[in-house]
Amino acid sequence: MSTYHTVTLQDPSGATLQEYRCAEDQSLLVGSERLGNGRIPIGCRGGGCGVCKVELLEGEVVRRRMSRAHITEADEAAGIVLSCRIFPRGDVAVRLVNRAADVAA
Amino acid sequence: MALTGVLRPGHMQIRVLDIEESIDFYTNVLGLIQTGRQGDRAYFKTWDERDHNSFIIREADSAGTDFYGFKVLNADTLNRLESDLKAYGVATERIKAGDLLETGERVRFEIASGHQIELYAEKKDVGNGQTYVNPAPWTSAADNGIAPIRMDHALLYGPDIEKVQDLFVNVLGFYLVEHIVLPDGETDLAIWLSCSTKAHDVAFVRNEEPGKLHHTAFLLDSWERVLRAADIMSMNKVSIDMGPTRHGVTRGTTIYAFDPSGNRFETFCGGYQSYPDWEPITWTFDEVGPAVFYHDRKLNPAFLEVYT
Repeated sequence: MSTYHTVTLQDPSGATLQEYRCAEDQSLLVGSERLGNGRIPIGCRGGGCGVCKVELLEGEVVRRRMSRAHITEADEAAGIVLSCRIFPRGDVAVRLVNRAADVAA
Repeated sequence: MALTGVLRPGHMQIRVLDIEESIDFYTNVLGLIQTGRQGDRAYFKTWDERDHNSFIIREADSAGTDFYGFKVLNADTLNRLESDLKAYGVATERIKAGDLLETGERVRFEIASGHQIELYAEKKDVGNGQTYVNPAPWTSAADNGIAPIRMDHALLYGPDIEKVQDLFVNVLGFYLVEHIVLPDGETDLAIWLSCSTKAHDVAFVRNEEPGKLHHTAFLLDSWERVLRAADIMSMNKVSIDMGPTRHGVTRGTTIYAFDPSGNRFETFCGGYQSYPDWEPITWTFDEVGPAVFYHDRKLNPAFLEVYT
């Protein structure tokens, strides 16, 4: 039985776009899209294309490797990540940014 | 013999974020055969390919393509094409034999779209697991994972694709099979080029950012095998982009999916046989949807926006 956590997704202005349950073995992106009403832009789901970029606001997570062509070390230090490579270990809040925000708009 | 000059796509090298995870994926899910490992690279071939490698992965901190190589008929052809490229004004570089395992000297050059293209004449024939006398039609490896027949073609994204087309047609002997024209009725959004009787050996989509990979395609021999590939993808939680469906362009049946680092690959079947004397097929921009995805009849956002 999976352990689930609650993910709150905000738009760039801070308004809540989506609140959903996400299993520990599901990325924040895949958790968002599984009911067909996801609000994070879908790309490769493998950390390579950079489309699903979000800002991690709070919550404990496990990270997997992300392409440095899209997430620099400085980005990562500032909490800018690819949601397809982030797995929740507690309740998490994230915000759409940059290209992700443009695509969602 | 009619097929001379550039024979076929011979190898693609891509970058992956985690090589062990990728070796597991390409071996057990896609069902390629690992034929080598040296330094930060792992080498693969499909079960039915005879040359030592057709697909190479290299661990790096970003995804994407390093280079795409074509096999040419022989060493004389390689020398001739190298001089033709230089005469055309393209800078070429020779990479020594053995830099890629079991592969001879390669001639590498950059094209206007920003991709590194290679030509080579020699790669060791390691066979498909059968002898060349009285072989069986397939081996047990033909059912391991998705198990494609060959690395078939690639779709590359970059600028100046009319310059790319000119080089491939007038220097390397390819011909245009199909194209999608932008609303101005003149500029191409995309071109499909062949050096054989395949509907495409390489394709390009116009894109501001140079040197990008849309997908590497692997050939299956039936629509049934495409559906089986989709089952295997879901059984292994592989990230699927689109399909199973059909392309209008080439008429191929297809699934677009992503490897564990986000490099798109295609499991592809069909496509018609084409010939160099045929008039190219034109798709107008208002029919770009069915041109790319014949059943959905519209692009998904990922088609133009997601690449490595």
